[in-house]
Amino acid sequence: MLVRAVVLAAALGAIVLPAREAAARDARSDAKEQVEFGIKVAQNGLWKEAAYRWERAVQIDPTYGAAWNNLAIAYEQQGNFEKAREAYEKAVTLEPKNLLFRQNYDLFKEINDRAKRRRDR
Amino acid sequence: MTARSAAAIVSLALAGTVACTSFYEIPIETPIQPKMDVSMFQRVLIAGFIGGGTEDVDTNLETVRLLRSQLRTKSSLRVIEAEALQLAEIIRDQAKTEAPLPSSPGGAADGQQQAAPAPVPPLPNGGPEPIRIRNEKDLEKYQSIFSDVSFWKKLGEEYQGPLIITGTVLFSPLATAGYVPIEREYFDQLGRRRVIQSRAYQERKGFTLQPKLIYIDGRTGATLYSETLREEVLYSAQTNTPALSSYFELMDKLIPSFLNTLSMQKIRGTRVLVK
Repeated sequence: MLVRAVVLAAALGAIVLPAREAAARDARSDAKEQVEFGIKVAQNGLWKEAAYRWERAVQIDPTYGAAWNNLAIAYEQQGNFEKAREAYEKAVTLEPKNLLFRQNYDLFKEINDRAKRRRDR
Repeated sequence: MTARSAAAIVSLALAGTVACTSFYEIPIETPIQPKMDVSMFQRVLIAGFIGGGTEDVDTNLETVRLLRSQLRTKSSLRVIEAEALQLAEIIRDQAKTEAPLPSSPGGAADGQQQAAPAPVPPLPNGGPEPIRIRNEKDLEKYQSIFSDVSFWKKLGEEYQGPLIITGTVLFSPLATAGYVPIEREYFDQLGRRRVIQSRAYQERKGFTLQPKLIYIDGRTGATLYSETLREEVLYSAQTNTPALSSYFELMDKLIPSFLNTLSMQKIRGTRVLVK
């Protein structure tokens, strides 16, 4: 009886785990499509559309650091600093070793903090 | 496997990861919201400033000219062309008429009269002594005019209630000495030019510019906003930089902050989009 239960659990695991991995892979590839399209439109200056695409990307795959990084840039370009900060923080939390995310975030902070200091003065 | 070969494999893997990442550098323009809401004004009057510090530059006139030209091209407000007010002289004249009797020099009991500068003794030829403002302490005596609501309201009425910009501008020489980073060049044994960074003790001189900009509602005479900015520049003691060019060099650094008070500014930069 016990042996049968163990065998059944192993068989279920063998089916469910790869299925879950495959779903994650699908989500990442769908999100990647959105990210790539967002980059194309951003390069043509269509930042609103780009932001929409990257918002979709992080909805599909919230663990996709690059999507958060790009979304933060779009928010920054639109002057939406609070949202930009949150998105940058998400990107550097997901990939703390990514120097490109860190560099973008540092540049953003430099401008945003300076603007804040001016306003507070 | 030795630690060295393991480290080599790890660094190769890292280099590979970076090389595989697709990234795109993209120019962006970050909009910075104005510090003040000036939507109720269509026109702006740069009235004049109380200048002080070095006498080599007429800080009042130069600041009025510079700010007007900046606003003409970089703001939606219409700039009123009027003669720059000589505020220090206006205050002196006001003080003359309100001056206490000689028996009680500077001994006015109420705060208002204490704030006004002491009357200036006439020169032997009959004209008033020129006003010399050397430092912040000298400037303090003239600050009372900025809170004189009736003065600014009257001025505003003359120009149909514009936004009035005034304040003080202190432009003073500066001298200091200390260690500064320098580059030394030398030629090695093969005749190649090499540059090394080092530090050397140097005497330096320059200028400090400290404008206090005050924004007044020309309809009511009330102060809407004020800010004090500060910049300094230092050169080697051997360099002879004219005061006027230093003034413009420093104003160049302060102008973005001034413009950002009245209108949205865009800061250009680049970011990296990642796939």
